Amino acid sequence: MKRIYGLDRPWHEGYLRWLGNVVRGDLGRSFSRKQPVTTLIGERIGPTFLISGTALVLAWLLGVPLGLYASARSGMADERATSLLLYVLYSFPTFVAALFLQIVFSVWLRGTPWELPLFGMSDLPADAGWAAWAVDVARHAILPITCQTYVSLAYDSRFIKANMEEAVRQDYIRTARAKGAGTGRVLFHHAFRNTLIPLVTLLGLSLPGLIGGSVIIEQIFTWPGMGRLFFESIRERDYPTIMGLTLMFSVLTLIGQLLADLLYCLVDPRVSVE
Amino acid sequence: MTSPLIDVAGLQTYFPVRKGLLRRVVGAVRAVDGVSFSIQKGRTLGLVGESGCGKTTVGRSLLRLVEPTGGSVRFDGRDVLAAGGAEMRGLRRRMQIVFQDPYGSLNPRMKVRAILEEGLVIHRLGSAAERLERMTRALARTGLTAAALDRYPHEFSGGQRQRIAIARAIVIEPDFLVLDEPISALDVSIQAQVVNLLVELREQLGLTYLFISHDLSVVEYVSDDVAVMYLGRIVEQAPATRLYAEPLHPYTLALFSAVPSVEPDRRRRRIVLTGDVPSPARPPAGCRFHPRCPLAEQVCRQAEPPATVVDGHAVHCHVAAREVEQAGGDAVAAAARMAVLMAANGSAVAMPT
Repeated sequence: MKRIYGLDRPWHEGYLRWLGNVVRGDLGRSFSRKQPVTTLIGERIGPTFLISGTALVLAWLLGVPLGLYASARSGMADERATSLLLYVLYSFPTFVAALFLQIVFSVWLRGTPWELPLFGMSDLPADAGWAAWAVDVARHAILPITCQTYVSLAYDSRFIKANMEEAVRQDYIRTARAKGAGTGRVLFHHAFRNTLIPLVTLLGLSLPGLIGGSVIIEQIFTWPGMGRLFFESIRERDYPTIMGLTLMFSVLTLIGQLLADLLYCLVDPRVSVE
Repeated sequence: MTSPLIDVAGLQTYFPVRKGLLRRVVGAVRAVDGVSFSIQKGRTLGLVGESGCGKTTVGRSLLRLVEPTGGSVRFDGRDVLAAGGAEMRGLRRRMQIVFQDPYGSLNPRMKVRAILEEGLVIHRLGSAAERLERMTRALARTGLTAAALDRYPHEFSGGQRQRIAIARAIVIEPDFLVLDEPISALDVSIQAQVVNLLVELREQLGLTYLFISHDLSVVEYVSDDVAVMYLGRIVEQAPATRLYAEPLHPYTLALFSAVPSVEPDRRRRRIVLTGDVPSPARPPAGCRFHPRCPLAEQVCRQAEPPATVVDGHAVHCHVAAREVEQAGGDAVAAAARMAVLMAANGSAVAMPT
């Protein structure tokens, strides 16, 4: 046993061997699942990406217009009501929301066309048709996606509004208005473009979450994704998997930052790759 | 006498003060509280006063960059405050503004070409070729070349940026420019260049200026008429030469005494005003200057001083009004008396030389 895991060698030797294997793309074998860690990650990445990717796109698709709307109508009654609602959403814990959604859609609405599956990714046998399988997965994914979207939606729109309000106070906005530019043009062309840098930073920081998934949501909905793998590997003291996942999250964080830096060149003409 | 290009009467701009959960309006900051003046075509009115007195708000209210709460602004006979969308856009082509800080007033994401061209496009002035020609001409007038068009604002120095801001304002060939402290953010060595540029442009293009500044010597050089503002009101207004020769209002006298002299050997007495400017949310009753005025009397605390006018030199001060009357309408003599009174009563200190 000691020999199999290299525990008869000094710790630095073990570390170097692990490092060497990582460079060759080998993260070791899972203790509890008796499978290579890379295979495990490969299986889990798709489901996680389905949830968090969709949630990310939805959050931005809804968050950007909401943030712009909020900054255009800043201080008015409707904006204050929406902002309050978004704050409430933001402070509402996902695990409470998840349980609540499960009660509503899987228990109270059972037997109606609105019923949604309680957990898992698919109930169909493996030989079901491709189209039926896709519909089934989509139905399973609705609740987890909703849970993951609403928090980032609230956060993104608040973030955009805060940045817009910063930009709108600048003199060049007054210059644009003095030129005779209309409200829409001032808002989009002059103000919004100047808020792109912080937005891109935020986007870059969300990359690890995109692949890393959400431990809480995946656990509640027993979604076979990365977050759940992480949780289970900790519970099972499956060290090679924990190490592999941690390493992957760190690398993803770095890549996210690098991507954001590279995107700056796109959104800000003053920055170039040199 | 021809009608003035811009005519402002009783202009008021209040900013609401909100408090509490329901954001109820609990009061108003009276940034501009009953300001009247008019500027003839081709002339320059200098507007001076210390920080926070409402000079900038006056400039922005004229162009409706902030919405005035009351009064009237007429531009070339047209009511600016009543203008709707299309009419306002037409007026904006004729009234432009140059801001104080050229680092903030140019959109950092836009090339100079886009900054200059936007106004032309909005007002549908000329074809692409004509627009280029207009932009080149505007840049040339401000001492820059067409090479600037394809660069970003951050590639220029402060003085150059202010030239771009001026080119931006004149490219659509306006009649009237609000110059909101156009040189205060610049190095002293650059200030003179920009001031001379502005004077040249006024002659060449027949522009009319509202020149807002706290720099008394620059205002004297640039302006035909000068108005002194204190706490949202104009306290004294006169042709520039007259105002500088015969200042009547105690506040004007105090301002003048604070200007550094170029003659280091001359000992002067500087009038130091005590206390701070009161809050424009609760301006004092009577004359607004009375809490800080060394000459304040009982009447100053109770009644607002009406304008006393001696051939075009208007002053709002009870004491100055009496002196003018006693001097038989001789403003020069009255001004001399005021200076003596100020020196005797003010907490004046000898300037260290």
